[in-house]
Amino acid sequence: MKALALLATLVTGAILLYGTQDFAPWGDPDSPPNRNVSPTYITEAVHETHVPNIVTAVVADYRSYDTMFETVVIYCAGLVVVSVLRRRQKS
Amino acid sequence: MKRVQERAGQRAVGESVIIQTAVRLMLPFIQLFGLYVIVHGHYSPGGGFQGGVILGASFILTAVAFDLKTSLRRLSERVDTVLGNVGALIFVGTGVLCALLGGLFLDYSALANVIPLDPVEWRSLGIFIVEVGVGLAVMSIMASLYWDLSSRGELDEGL
Repeated sequence: MKALALLATLVTGAILLYGTQDFAPWGDPDSPPNRNVSPTYITEAVHETHVPNIVTAVVADYRSYDTMFETVVIYCAGLVVVSVLRRRQKS
Repeated sequence: MKRVQERAGQRAVGESVIIQTAVRLMLPFIQLFGLYVIVHGHYSPGGGFQGGVILGASFILTAVAFDLKTSLRRLSERVDTVLGNVGALIFVGTGVLCALLGGLFLDYSALANVIPLDPVEWRSLGIFIVEVGVGLAVMSIMASLYWDLSSRGELDEGL
Protein backbone atom coordinates (compact mmCIF):
# COMPACT_ATOMS: atom_id res chain seq x y z
CA MET A 1 0.00 0.00 0.00
CA LYS A 2 2.84 2.35 0.88
CA ALA A 3 4.66 1.46 -2.33
CA LEU A 4 1.48 2.20 -4.26
CA ALA A 5 1.13 5.58 -2.58
CA LEU A 6 4.77 6.39 -3.34
CA LEU A 7 4.28 5.37 -6.96
CA ALA A 8 1.16 7.54 -7.28
CA THR A 9 3.00 10.50 -5.74
CA LEU A 10 6.01 10.08 -8.01
CA VAL A 11 3.89 9.72 -11.15
CA THR A 12 1.80 12.78 -10.27
CA GLY A 13 4.93 14.76 -9.48
CA ALA A 14 6.53 13.75 -12.77
CA ILE A 15 3.41 14.81 -14.68
CA LEU A 16 3.35 18.16 -12.88
CA LEU A 17 7.04 18.73 -13.56
CA TYR A 18 6.46 17.84 -17.21
CA GLY A 19 3.64 20.38 -17.26
CA THR A 20 5.98 23.17 -16.18
CA GLN A 21 7.84 22.73 -19.47
CA ASP A 22 5.04 24.59 -21.22
CA PHE A 23 5.08 27.56 -18.84
CA ALA A 24 5.96 30.95 -20.20
CA PRO A 25 9.57 31.86 -19.35
CA TRP A 26 9.83 33.32 -15.86
CA GLY A 27 9.88 37.13 -15.90
CA ASP A 28 9.65 37.37 -19.68
CA PRO A 29 7.88 40.67 -20.52
CA ASP A 30 6.72 39.26 -23.89
CA SER A 31 4.99 36.14 -22.52
CA PRO A 32 1.21 36.03 -23.10
CA PRO A 33 0.18 36.67 -19.47
CA ASN A 34 2.46 39.68 -19.25
CA ARG A 35 1.37 41.05 -22.60
CA ASN A 36 -2.41 40.70 -22.16
CA VAL A 37 -3.63 39.91 -18.66
CA SER A 38 -1.47 42.06 -16.41
CA PRO A 39 -1.74 45.31 -18.41
CA THR A 40 -5.53 44.89 -18.50
CA TYR A 41 -5.71 44.55 -14.74
CA ILE A 42 -3.36 47.49 -14.20
CA THR A 43 -5.11 49.86 -16.57
CA GLU A 44 -8.76 48.76 -16.12
CA ALA A 45 -9.06 47.66 -12.48
CA VAL A 46 -9.54 51.06 -10.88
CA HIS A 47 -12.24 52.41 -13.16
CA GLU A 48 -13.93 49.04 -13.64
CA THR A 49 -14.28 48.26 -9.93
CA HIS A 50 -13.59 51.56 -8.09
CA VAL A 51 -11.13 49.82 -5.80
CA PRO A 52 -7.84 51.69 -5.44
CA ASN A 53 -6.04 48.52 -4.31
CA ILE A 54 -5.56 46.45 -7.46
CA VAL A 55 -4.64 43.36 -5.45
CA THR A 56 -8.04 43.39 -3.76
CA ALA A 57 -9.76 43.95 -7.10
CA VAL A 58 -7.99 40.94 -8.62
CA VAL A 59 -8.42 38.67 -5.58
CA ALA A 60 -12.07 39.41 -4.86
CA ASP A 61 -13.44 40.39 -8.26
CA TYR A 62 -11.53 39.11 -11.28
CA ARG A 63 -10.36 35.95 -9.51
CA SER A 64 -13.19 35.67 -7.01
CA TYR A 65 -13.89 32.09 -8.06
CA ASP A 66 -10.45 31.20 -6.73
CA THR A 67 -11.02 33.12 -3.52
CA MET A 68 -14.38 31.45 -3.03
CA PHE A 69 -12.83 28.02 -3.07
CA GLU A 70 -10.03 29.17 -0.77
CA THR A 71 -12.77 29.98 1.69
CA VAL A 72 -14.38 26.62 1.04
CA VAL A 73 -11.04 24.89 1.72
CA ILE A 74 -10.75 26.60 5.11
CA TYR A 75 -14.41 25.83 5.78
CA CYS A 76 -13.82 22.15 4.99
CA ALA A 77 -10.80 22.08 7.31
CA GLY A 78 -12.92 23.43 10.16
CA LEU A 79 -15.77 21.08 9.33
CA VAL A 80 -13.53 18.01 9.31
CA VAL A 81 -11.82 18.88 12.59
CA VAL A 82 -15.17 19.51 14.25
CA SER A 83 -16.73 16.33 12.91
CA VAL A 84 -13.74 14.12 13.77
CA LEU A 85 -12.70 15.53 17.12
CA ARG A 86 -15.58 17.31 18.81
CA ARG A 87 -17.64 15.34 21.27
CA ARG A 88 -21.11 16.22 22.39
CA GLN A 89 -20.91 18.13 25.64
CA LYS A 90 -22.95 17.04 28.62
CA SER A 91 -24.78 20.13 29.76
CA MET B 1 -2.25 42.76 49.61
CA LYS B 2 -3.49 39.73 51.49
CA ARG B 3 -6.28 39.20 48.99
CA VAL B 4 -3.82 39.33 46.14
CA GLN B 5 -1.73 36.67 47.83
CA GLU B 6 -4.78 34.49 48.43
CA ARG B 7 -5.84 34.77 44.83
CA ALA B 8 -2.30 33.99 43.73
CA GLY B 9 -2.50 30.79 45.75
CA GLN B 10 -5.65 29.68 43.91
CA ARG B 11 -4.20 30.33 40.50
CA ALA B 12 -3.46 27.30 38.38
CA VAL B 13 0.01 26.49 37.09
CA GLY B 14 1.03 28.65 34.16
CA GLU B 15 -1.40 31.46 34.88
CA SER B 16 0.26 34.83 35.27
CA VAL B 17 -1.48 37.99 36.40
CA ILE B 18 0.88 40.07 34.26
CA ILE B 19 0.07 38.18 31.07
CA GLN B 20 -3.65 38.10 31.84
CA THR B 21 -3.81 41.84 32.48
CA ALA B 22 -1.79 42.62 29.37
CA VAL B 23 -3.99 40.35 27.26
CA ARG B 24 -7.15 41.87 28.68
CA LEU B 25 -5.91 45.34 27.77
CA MET B 26 -4.71 44.31 24.31
CA LEU B 27 -7.78 42.36 23.22
CA PRO B 28 -10.01 45.30 22.16
CA PHE B 29 -7.20 46.79 20.14
CA ILE B 30 -6.38 43.49 18.43
CA GLN B 31 -10.03 43.00 17.49
CA LEU B 32 -10.37 46.60 16.33
CA PHE B 33 -7.27 46.15 14.19
CA GLY B 34 -8.74 42.96 12.73
CA LEU B 35 -11.92 44.79 11.78
CA TYR B 36 -9.81 47.61 10.32
CA VAL B 37 -7.83 45.16 8.18
CA ILE B 38 -11.06 43.62 6.83
CA VAL B 39 -12.79 46.93 6.14
CA HIS B 40 -9.73 48.73 4.80
CA GLY B 41 -8.87 46.01 2.28
CA HIS B 42 -10.02 48.32 -0.49
CA TYR B 43 -7.26 50.83 0.22
CA SER B 44 -4.37 49.04 1.86
CA PRO B 45 -2.91 45.54 2.15
CA GLY B 46 -5.37 43.31 3.92
CA GLY B 47 -8.75 41.81 3.40
CA GLY B 48 -10.97 39.06 4.68
CA PHE B 49 -8.38 36.36 5.23
CA GLN B 50 -5.86 38.51 7.06
CA GLY B 51 -8.42 40.34 9.19
CA GLY B 52 -10.23 37.10 9.97
CA VAL B 53 -7.01 35.50 11.16
CA ILE B 54 -6.29 38.49 13.40
CA LEU B 55 -9.79 38.29 14.89
CA GLY B 56 -9.46 34.53 15.37
CA ALA B 57 -6.04 35.01 16.97
CA SER B 58 -7.60 37.29 19.57
CA PHE B 59 -9.81 34.43 20.74
CA ILE B 60 -6.89 32.00 20.64
CA LEU B 61 -4.89 34.47 22.73
CA THR B 62 -7.69 34.48 25.32
CA ALA B 63 -7.58 30.70 25.42
CA VAL B 64 -3.80 30.68 25.83
CA ALA B 65 -3.57 33.39 28.47
CA PHE B 66 -6.64 32.37 30.50
CA ASP B 67 -8.23 29.02 29.67
CA LEU B 68 -10.60 27.55 27.16
CA LYS B 69 -13.66 28.41 29.25
CA THR B 70 -12.87 32.13 29.13
CA SER B 71 -12.43 31.94 25.38
CA LEU B 72 -15.73 30.09 25.04
CA ARG B 73 -17.47 32.72 27.16
CA ARG B 74 -16.35 35.42 24.72
CA LEU B 75 -17.39 33.46 21.65
CA SER B 76 -19.65 30.54 22.40
CA GLU B 77 -19.51 27.29 20.49
CA ARG B 78 -22.94 27.80 18.98
CA VAL B 79 -22.27 31.38 17.85
CA ASP B 80 -18.93 30.27 16.43
CA THR B 81 -20.55 27.53 14.33
CA VAL B 82 -23.27 29.88 13.12
CA LEU B 83 -20.76 32.59 12.18
CA GLY B 84 -18.57 30.15 10.25
CA ASN B 85 -21.51 28.88 8.23
CA VAL B 86 -22.94 32.35 7.67
CA GLY B 87 -19.56 33.62 6.49
CA ALA B 88 -19.16 30.90 3.88
CA LEU B 89 -22.81 31.31 2.92
CA ILE B 90 -22.39 35.06 2.36
CA PHE B 91 -19.64 34.45 -0.18
CA VAL B 92 -21.32 31.64 -2.07
CA GLY B 93 -24.76 33.22 -1.69
CA THR B 94 -23.55 36.47 -3.23
CA GLY B 95 -22.21 34.55 -6.20
CA VAL B 96 -25.41 32.57 -6.67
CA LEU B 97 -27.52 35.69 -6.25
CA CYS B 98 -25.54 37.40 -9.00
CA ALA B 99 -26.12 34.42 -11.28
CA LEU B 100 -29.86 34.35 -10.49
CA LEU B 101 -30.18 38.07 -11.20
CA GLY B 102 -29.03 37.67 -14.76
CA GLY B 103 -25.31 38.21 -14.45
CA LEU B 104 -22.46 35.76 -14.33
CA PHE B 105 -21.55 33.80 -11.21
CA LEU B 106 -19.86 36.29 -8.84
CA ASP B 107 -20.35 39.18 -11.28
CA TYR B 108 -21.37 41.72 -8.64
CA SER B 109 -22.60 44.31 -11.13
CA ALA B 110 -25.73 42.16 -11.61
CA LEU B 111 -26.82 43.20 -8.10
CA ALA B 112 -27.66 46.60 -9.58
CA ASN B 113 -30.93 45.00 -10.71
CA VAL B 114 -32.10 44.88 -7.08
CA ILE B 115 -30.75 48.09 -5.60
CA PRO B 116 -30.21 50.62 -8.35
CA LEU B 117 -26.67 51.79 -7.96
CA ASP B 118 -23.97 52.26 -10.53
CA PRO B 119 -22.81 48.74 -11.59
CA VAL B 120 -19.24 49.81 -11.00
CA GLU B 121 -20.14 50.85 -7.46
CA TRP B 122 -21.77 47.47 -7.00
CA ARG B 123 -18.56 45.72 -7.96
CA SER B 124 -16.79 47.69 -5.24
CA LEU B 125 -19.56 46.92 -2.73
CA GLY B 126 -19.68 43.27 -3.76
CA ILE B 127 -15.99 42.92 -2.98
CA PHE B 128 -16.69 44.37 0.46
CA ILE B 129 -19.60 41.99 1.14
CA VAL B 130 -17.51 39.03 0.09
CA GLU B 131 -14.58 40.13 2.25
CA VAL B 132 -16.85 40.37 5.28
CA GLY B 133 -18.03 36.82 4.60
CA VAL B 134 -14.47 35.56 4.31
CA GLY B 135 -13.52 37.37 7.52
CA LEU B 136 -16.39 35.81 9.50
CA ALA B 137 -15.66 32.31 8.20
CA VAL B 138 -11.92 32.51 8.78
CA MET B 139 -12.31 34.01 12.26
CA SER B 140 -14.67 31.36 13.57
CA ILE B 141 -12.84 28.47 11.93
CA MET B 142 -9.44 29.58 13.28
CA ALA B 143 -10.93 29.76 16.77
CA SER B 144 -12.71 26.41 16.52
CA LEU B 145 -9.63 24.68 15.08
CA TYR B 146 -7.61 25.79 18.09
CA TRP B 147 -10.34 24.83 20.56
CA ASP B 148 -10.74 21.36 19.13
CA LEU B 149 -7.07 20.58 18.59
CA SER B 150 -5.94 21.88 21.99
CA SER B 151 -8.57 20.02 24.02
CA ARG B 152 -8.94 16.84 21.94
CA GLY B 153 -12.45 17.93 21.04
CA GLU B 154 -13.65 18.02 24.64
CA LEU B 155 -13.77 21.83 24.84
CA ASP B 156 -13.19 21.68 28.59
CA GLU B 157 -9.75 22.79 29.74
CA GLY B 158 -7.37 22.98 26.84
CA LEU B 159 -3.68 23.75 27.18
